[in-house]
Amino acid sequence: MSTLNLTRYGVLLRYAALFLIAWNVSSVAVAAGKDDPFLTKVLADQLEWQNDDSDTKAWDMQAWAGKNWHKLWLYSEGEQRNGETESENMLTYSAPIAPFWDVQVGLGRDITAEANHNWAVVGINGLAPYYFETQAHVLVDSDGTLGVRASFEYELLFTQFLILTPELEIDAYSDNLAELGLGKGLSSLTAGLRLRYEIRREFAPYVGVEWDKAYGQTADYRRTAGEPVSDARFVAGVRIWF
Amino acid sequence: MKKNTHSKQTNMNRRRFVTGISAGVTAAVLGARIPMARATEGQHTRHRDMVAAVEQIRNGLHDQGSTGILTGTEFHLSIERTQVNITGKKAWATAINGKVPGPVLVWREGGEVTIHVTNNLDEDSSIHWHGIILPYDMDGVPGVSFPGIKPGETFTYRFTVQQSGTYWYHSHSGFQEQSGHYGSIVVLPKQPEPLEYDVDYVVQLSDWSDESPTRIYHKLKKQSDYYNITERTVFDFWKEVKAKGLKRAFNDRKMWNRMRMSDRDLSDVTGYTYTFLMNGASPAANFRVLYRPGQKVRLRIINSSAMTFFDFRIPGLKMTVVAADGQLVQPVTVDEFRIGVAETYDVIVEPEGPGPYPLFAQALDRSGYALGSLTTDATRLAVAPPMDPVPVLAHVDMGMDMDMSQMKMKGMDHGGMAGMMAGASGMSHAGMKSMAHGHMAQGTQSKKKNMSHHAMEHMAADDVVIPMDMEPNLPVTPLPKKRGPHTTMRAQSPQYRLDDPGPGLRDMWRMGRKVLTYADLKNRYPTAHWPKPTREIILRLTGNMERYMWSINGIPYAESDPLEFYYGERLRVTFINDTMMNHPMHLHGMWSDLETGDENHIPRKHTVIVQPGAKISMRVTVDAPGRWVFHCHLLYHMGGMFREVTVVETRAAEGEKS
Repeated sequence: MSTLNLTRYGVLLRYAALFLIAWNVSSVAVAAGKDDPFLTKVLADQLEWQNDDSDTKAWDMQAWAGKNWHKLWLYSEGEQRNGETESENMLTYSAPIAPFWDVQVGLGRDITAEANHNWAVVGINGLAPYYFETQAHVLVDSDGTLGVRASFEYELLFTQFLILTPELEIDAYSDNLAELGLGKGLSSLTAGLRLRYEIRREFAPYVGVEWDKAYGQTADYRRTAGEPVSDARFVAGVRIWF
Repeated sequence: MKKNTHSKQTNMNRRRFVTGISAGVTAAVLGARIPMARATEGQHTRHRDMVAAVEQIRNGLHDQGSTGILTGTEFHLSIERTQVNITGKKAWATAINGKVPGPVLVWREGGEVTIHVTNNLDEDSSIHWHGIILPYDMDGVPGVSFPGIKPGETFTYRFTVQQSGTYWYHSHSGFQEQSGHYGSIVVLPKQPEPLEYDVDYVVQLSDWSDESPTRIYHKLKKQSDYYNITERTVFDFWKEVKAKGLKRAFNDRKMWNRMRMSDRDLSDVTGYTYTFLMNGASPAANFRVLYRPGQKVRLRIINSSAMTFFDFRIPGLKMTVVAADGQLVQPVTVDEFRIGVAETYDVIVEPEGPGPYPLFAQALDRSGYALGSLTTDATRLAVAPPMDPVPVLAHVDMGMDMDMSQMKMKGMDHGGMAGMMAGASGMSHAGMKSMAHGHMAQGTQSKKKNMSHHAMEHMAADDVVIPMDMEPNLPVTPLPKKRGPHTTMRAQSPQYRLDDPGPGLRDMWRMGRKVLTYADLKNRYPTAHWPKPTREIILRLTGNMERYMWSINGIPYAESDPLEFYYGERLRVTFINDTMMNHPMHLHGMWSDLETGDENHIPRKHTVIVQPGAKISMRVTVDAPGRWVFHCHLLYHMGGMFREVTVVETRAAEGEKS
């Protein structure tokens, strides 16, 4: 199952590799050991099956590589429904600008069965007051169409290992993008509630519910395509990182 | 206290088998006595004890199953990868002479020691003699004192021992210390110590993980609360809502939530991965200190953990603290003390019955404990008492000032003070600091002219005194500093909290437990004649827990210039802790003389705990030329919260000296 057409990222990945190699070479030897090692993290926040008519499988992943001050940060989010795959992907350079915030710039690419769409991306990723994990990116394409994609996540601990995660995602655009089925204005809201159990910190199966709703032109696109405008479903999956 | 009286020898063996203790490495279940201390000529030791000590040596008790004691003037240490089984699984340790901990080294004050250290690892190594005053090129910090010891090489350390007491040694290379590369040092005094005891044990506490230290560090960098298993849950909040109503409960959480600080951010690495050891023995292996009825026992407690603060007590027994960081203090009797990473305390206990008494060292976050038995019978083992509640950090631990106006501070007596102390979780030390100093100033004999608050001198024991800074008017040498992603918090109103036992221990008086504080540490000998400082530097301990970055004044070691100390000067170093964690700060090569408010009994330390959100000052006589280091002794903070120190000769310093 090819969820992400990597060859299209060929050039980008090559630059990324060069960047990472160059970065890793410059390490400071300190008497106390290396406090800022080159690290990578892959987080599959959601890898799940969704209980709807289309036997949907969905993912929401992030990965980063780098050191304290410079990281490459990759996002990928999408689903496979009725054998068709759609995804939103971003590759950004990420740097701390404030104690809890990174600023990120890079490129995005939406992939659907019908079309691909490229974006330039600028955004933030961090922890807002009251412990809201926040990602917010502004996207702009070659036609000057703007998009905003933001997500907020919170963790409620029932125990040290049983954790409930409410999540809210908002998408909005400045113009209609018919090929992607995205409409002008507030496009969609997605709310999720997932309860995971961390068998290890890195491995946590979960169950949950997700609800989403399309608005305005996006809702019309969905109606035309015979998709529900609003939908709620049970999900089950696993959260993994390493 | 329930005692375990069932543990017959067979039981014990089975237990050790079950927990997989490998005999070669961690069979340190029977104590390593320090018999030399008793058998030294010129000791004040009573004749009866001499006989007993000699008998012990003859019986070979002191080295039975222990990590071993090495005495003399020439030592051979070998650093090697050794397989151990501490948790029931095989794991690799970095051992010294095949043991974890390495051998107890017994030296003599005034004598020269020669130590040949062979590195049998496949990476560089080193040994740093923690708290020992010596020439800088013998200090064992790779890249600063010497190039380090390459694989297969032997480095010979040679220096004259100028002090006595309890110390320890450990690797200063990478994270080797975490994996077992540490041991203890006992320096026998030239002059007899004014102490009476019959048996003498080292009790070396440490934290062990089967995970590799590098892995632990990487996990912290990827998810800094990975090991935190005492976080707030929704039920904690629910309880607060029930107790105070939603609005107040929410408001109480407000500042924490806004600042994205956790009041349960107690320890970075915890019992989630750690097994806490006493002389290399896990709680299941239950290290044994043996005594005979009527004997006084000296315990030399050393915290050789990489990351763990312990709260140490012996339920059922009082402990008389006689030395801190190897240096004698006026005996003070307590029920419990917190021992920071790298600190040492010597206590004397007088068990009345046959025991067994638990030697109980709970990790600060209560995620586990180290356990041993003080017993007259090696087959009778103590069981651990229940752990105390998980500490909760207070506003004061953020360095916050709170409105104290409603608190009636004036004329408060000591009872009231204790009450306030207990209430500390809900209040600030803004007011307490004054009380703290009231407390400290008792017994101050000094007529120090720059003690700005004359009230001090008039104060009666019960009076509340306005807090004072012992050196408010010293010239401060500015140091480079930075704000930015390195620093998440700034202590707005950091206070001297010498008499604050710290989070989790502030309530212990309610249970009738007297807990040691720094204010209780008084040098055994007068210090009024010690020189006064002439210059001050301020080190803010900074960090970003979320990103797991640590620094000093917002600048990590890799981006810092060395601190300059002037040869011959008396320097004051003031720490301000801009984080919510304790940082044990350790200066190499020179003593850290702790300002406790009592000019005439300044305790001499090598490691100074800077409490969360607090301020503390120490004085350094800069009498050791060369290059040194100054750092937080939490192993995974050290890479950033670290400074090189250069002792430079200056004309100015010369002038001041004369």
